[in-house]
Amino acid sequence: MAEFKEAPAGASLAVKLTTWTENRFPTAFDAYKVHMSEYYAPKNFNAWYFFGSLALMVLVIQIVTGIFLVMHYKPDAALAFASVEYIMRDVPWGWLVRYMHSTGASAFFVVVYLHMFRGLLYGSYRKPRELVWIFGCAIFLCLMGEAFFGYLLPWGQMSYWGAQVIVNLFAAVPFVGDDLALLIRGDYVVSDATLNRFFSFHVIAIPLVLLGLVVAHLLALHDVGSNNPDGVEIKAKKDPRTGIPLDGIPFHPYYTVHDMIGVGVFLMIFTAIIFFAPELGGYFLEYNNFIPANPLQTPAHIAPVWYFTPYYSMLRATTDPMVNVFVGLTALGTLVALLKGGFSGMVKGAIVVAGLVIILLLKTFDAKFWGVVVMGGAVVILFALPWLDRSPVKSIRYRPGWHKIMLGIFVIFFVVLGYLGIQPVSDIGTLLAQIGTIFYFGFFVLMPWWSQIGEFKAVPDRVTFHPH
Amino acid sequence: MSDSAAALTAGDRGRGPVSVDKAAGVDSGRRTWIALTCGAGAVGGLATAVPLVSSFAPSERAKAAGAPVQVDISALKPGEKLTAEWRGKPVWIMRRTPEQLASLKLIDSQLADPNSDRKAYPTPPYAKNEHRSIKPEIFVGVGICSHLGCSPIDRFQPGAQPSLPDDWHGGYLCPCHGSTFDLAGRVFKNKPAPDNLEVPPHFYVSDSVILIGEDKKA
Repeated sequence: MAEFKEAPAGASLAVKLTTWTENRFPTAFDAYKVHMSEYYAPKNFNAWYFFGSLALMVLVIQIVTGIFLVMHYKPDAALAFASVEYIMRDVPWGWLVRYMHSTGASAFFVVVYLHMFRGLLYGSYRKPRELVWIFGCAIFLCLMGEAFFGYLLPWGQMSYWGAQVIVNLFAAVPFVGDDLALLIRGDYVVSDATLNRFFSFHVIAIPLVLLGLVVAHLLALHDVGSNNPDGVEIKAKKDPRTGIPLDGIPFHPYYTVHDMIGVGVFLMIFTAIIFFAPELGGYFLEYNNFIPANPLQTPAHIAPVWYFTPYYSMLRATTDPMVNVFVGLTALGTLVALLKGGFSGMVKGAIVVAGLVIILLLKTFDAKFWGVVVMGGAVVILFALPWLDRSPVKSIRYRPGWHKIMLGIFVIFFVVLGYLGIQPVSDIGTLLAQIGTIFYFGFFVLMPWWSQIGEFKAVPDRVTFHPH
Repeated sequence: MSDSAAALTAGDRGRGPVSVDKAAGVDSGRRTWIALTCGAGAVGGLATAVPLVSSFAPSERAKAAGAPVQVDISALKPGEKLTAEWRGKPVWIMRRTPEQLASLKLIDSQLADPNSDRKAYPTPPYAKNEHRSIKPEIFVGVGICSHLGCSPIDRFQPGAQPSLPDDWHGGYLCPCHGSTFDLAGRVFKNKPAPDNLEVPPHFYVSDSVILIGEDKKA
């Protein structure tokens, strides 16, 4: 235990109270130093670095508004739809709380997608920040779960049929799929039982996991220290007298004040949407969801909310011809590995066997199952990113120009996939989505090779920073 | 006894033996007990998980709510479809026109499983024919797409239209992922849905009343 401190004689009441508390709960004071006043973050953060703290703020908004919504919402198939309308019309300021929560869901994905893109830009997932990235990916998965489970709760047409489609994804798993879907629904169709358990997942199970992961994400980040737009390790150059990184500044007050600018801009946009366009043209709240769930009729056009559409597009793109393309790509990959890989005989044999097994599996199971695999794989592959990127430098600033083009095309395809996922099925759309899907996976799977190719610029010793 | 000696004795009683063990190596007897205790704890934990996970399965009430339904089709005109609810799913009953029945024969080559041979949703023997029904004109099928469970929408009008081929003879289009089915619920090739629409167990109680949910008892 730390030494018992004595407040100096004649100290003010505030100082005495602080000393009294510090003697009894030093952990809080240590944590304040480690995570705020003596956490040294690189001084060259740019606007991309707002999104982490914004994500934390949106999380708080979602939890607080969620607590108040639960006070009025009824998780019952017969009452749920009406209770949401009750919140909107009869509960004082209920409409505001509900719109904050529904807009917050979309805002969460906006800031998290931008936060993840920042990681891609500056190589924030590279050694020693692999676990920070992995915790982040797990948070992303939890968020998707939260969004999906929460979307059933208003019990509108899109709630119902969206849940129907996603739960049936699990039914595509060979052999155990039907039982798995039954276990998730708790009934033979999406019903009251499903609504009740999704409510439980949405308000307690996933949030607990999510909070734990957020803590792990932040603790791991503060252990290894933040990356920065130059991808330079600031801990490599410390002031010999103090041991503080030369390019580091205390998180508090420098970045707390800095982040308030981001919070201000964010809240302007956020509140403008809440007050003037809470449905945002059907993208944040889909119009079909203002119709109560009807198990006998699917709406003429169903699409998930915008943040799921890139992955949904990949699911739709996986048709029988697409599976044949996968077979061809697997064969090609096996051939290239044999000819160019420089492996020994044993390994070559194993590669051939693996290739054949994959092709056999591709042809054995339905395209429906592979669509689900593609959709899940598109998220899971993110976890492997720290080991896929073999570029000698972290930050895009010092990478070859064509890496920027690759990243640009990746973003364009991601947006195009998202757009196509909102649109009805068409031949040209499916073809585009198939090309996009192949590029998405190619970007990651081939990254160990392409990330090493090109002319890299010299990385400076210290961060680039121009005082204002 | 001096103060320091008393402190030492207290220390020996409290933490002493552990540090002695550390110095002398591992006490394997205790290790074994620790392993056994952890193992027993894990078994207990798993056993506790069984009832929790089992509670995810459909309740007795949900299982009991699958009773058959009777549908009167006397008012159904040729070319019309009605929807009944059975086990929470839409069951379609359609009276097809002679032209619509004739069109079924033209498109076998465009279908994924024209003879309903796949086993995922076995077609009952009494409907395993080219019109997939007991009475040729009356089609009874579960209106749930075999892809991801959306309910396809009616596209009875023949001819070219959005999301459909130009030589369309009438059928159903799934709004979710674009699977198409003919008027016998047979799925077209190269679509996300792998199977034809399910034909539920059903029989005619009388000429104009169908019971959905049970096969006719011999």
